[in-house]
Amino acid sequence: MNEKIDVRGLSCPLPVVKVKNKLKELQEGTLEVLVDTGTAKDNVSRMANDAGWKVEIKEQEDEYLLIITK
Amino acid sequence: MINKFIFSRKSIIFAGAFIGVAATILQKLGNPANMGICVACFERDIAGALGFHRAVVVQYIRPEVIGFVLGSLAAALIFKEFKPRAGSSPLIRFVLGFLAMIGSLVFLGCPWRALLRLSGGDGNALFGIAGLVTGVSIGIFFIKSGYDLGRNHKTNSLFGWIMPFIMAGIFLLLIFQTKLPTGAVFFSSEGPGSQYAPVLIAFAIATTIGFIAQRTRFCTIAASRDVILIKDTYLFTGVVSLVIAAWISNMILGQFNPGFQSQPVAHTSQIWNFGGMVLAGLAFTLAGGCPGRQLFLSGEGDADAAIFVLGMIFGAGFSHNFATASSGAGPGAWGPAAVITGLIICLIIGYSMSDLVKKN
Repeated sequence: MNEKIDVRGLSCPLPVVKVKNKLKELQEGTLEVLVDTGTAKDNVSRMANDAGWKVEIKEQEDEYLLIITK
Repeated sequence: MINKFIFSRKSIIFAGAFIGVAATILQKLGNPANMGICVACFERDIAGALGFHRAVVVQYIRPEVIGFVLGSLAAALIFKEFKPRAGSSPLIRFVLGFLAMIGSLVFLGCPWRALLRLSGGDGNALFGIAGLVTGVSIGIFFIKSGYDLGRNHKTNSLFGWIMPFIMAGIFLLLIFQTKLPTGAVFFSSEGPGSQYAPVLIAFAIATTIGFIAQRTRFCTIAASRDVILIKDTYLFTGVVSLVIAAWISNMILGQFNPGFQSQPVAHTSQIWNFGGMVLAGLAFTLAGGCPGRQLFLSGEGDADAAIFVLGMIFGAGFSHNFATASSGAGPGAWGPAAVITGLIICLIIGYSMSDLVKKN
């Protein structure tokens, strides 16, 4: 079962901060992140990529599911 | 491919450079000196035009503010990012908008104008920018302590359309120059409010900026916040690009005048240049973004950002009616007291909405 985190509806920069903290805690593995705005999707993806994680983006209706792995 | 460019470093450098050059051209075309674009000043002018304050030199309906919202709306609709949402502590956001405006008008400019003042040679801007970074840093302390205004929620699409409709409405007042027996709409005949670029050119440039900024997520507060908080230089690159581009453009256009004394729409009371921007920087950080960003967000359906903008306009009315706004001569009579009170209120908000108090 993958770890999951829901950052929908949060103001900048909380989606990035919460995901960053979670990734630090995990060190490796897979984290599924649910975001609802393009800005949060971009910011979280950029941060994860910069930290050496791979990001897969799945668009689902009005939201995005980011599958972040290392 | 297009998306890859849009979120690349090149795109944010382009966005910053475009805004910097556009602002200096708007100044050349008639906007006030070192004020090609100033979100706070321009919202203040709109507040004046509507009669929310009666400072006769700063009353004009600025098409730049309208263009920012509508340009962002267009980008959001085209790229399917128009998402009506609301419900994240709206009243606190209103107060933060109010206080951000109080602070900005003590310095005489928002973060956008602080950058443009610097690129025009105004050394006083350095104290404002130092204050801004200080305010952002205090905000980061709260964010690290669990500060959170709560989640917004998807809502009826009407919410998302309210701010664009308000903007369209005041654009009509500008086009038709409506004049009621009360004197409204008020337009300055002297001072900064009487200085403006041709309406349609200003609107077109601002709409383009709104479009670009919605795509690139341009934000003058996140620029320094993200460097300090998450070591991300993406937006900071955009802001540096803005300053350099505006500086070069000012040199070419003969608008670069280095110094501290007699700078346009500026004062030399450095403690309050600094203090005003500490307040503004903190309030913007607690609200999640700079005044431009709040306009772009309100264009893509964020009703909480729209509330923040309305708080800023309300704050502008208060600022001039209660003499907290500065002038070229220095801070207003109640400016320093307002900054200190505002800072205390921001600290209470930061503390109350963080884990510092939640866990107790």
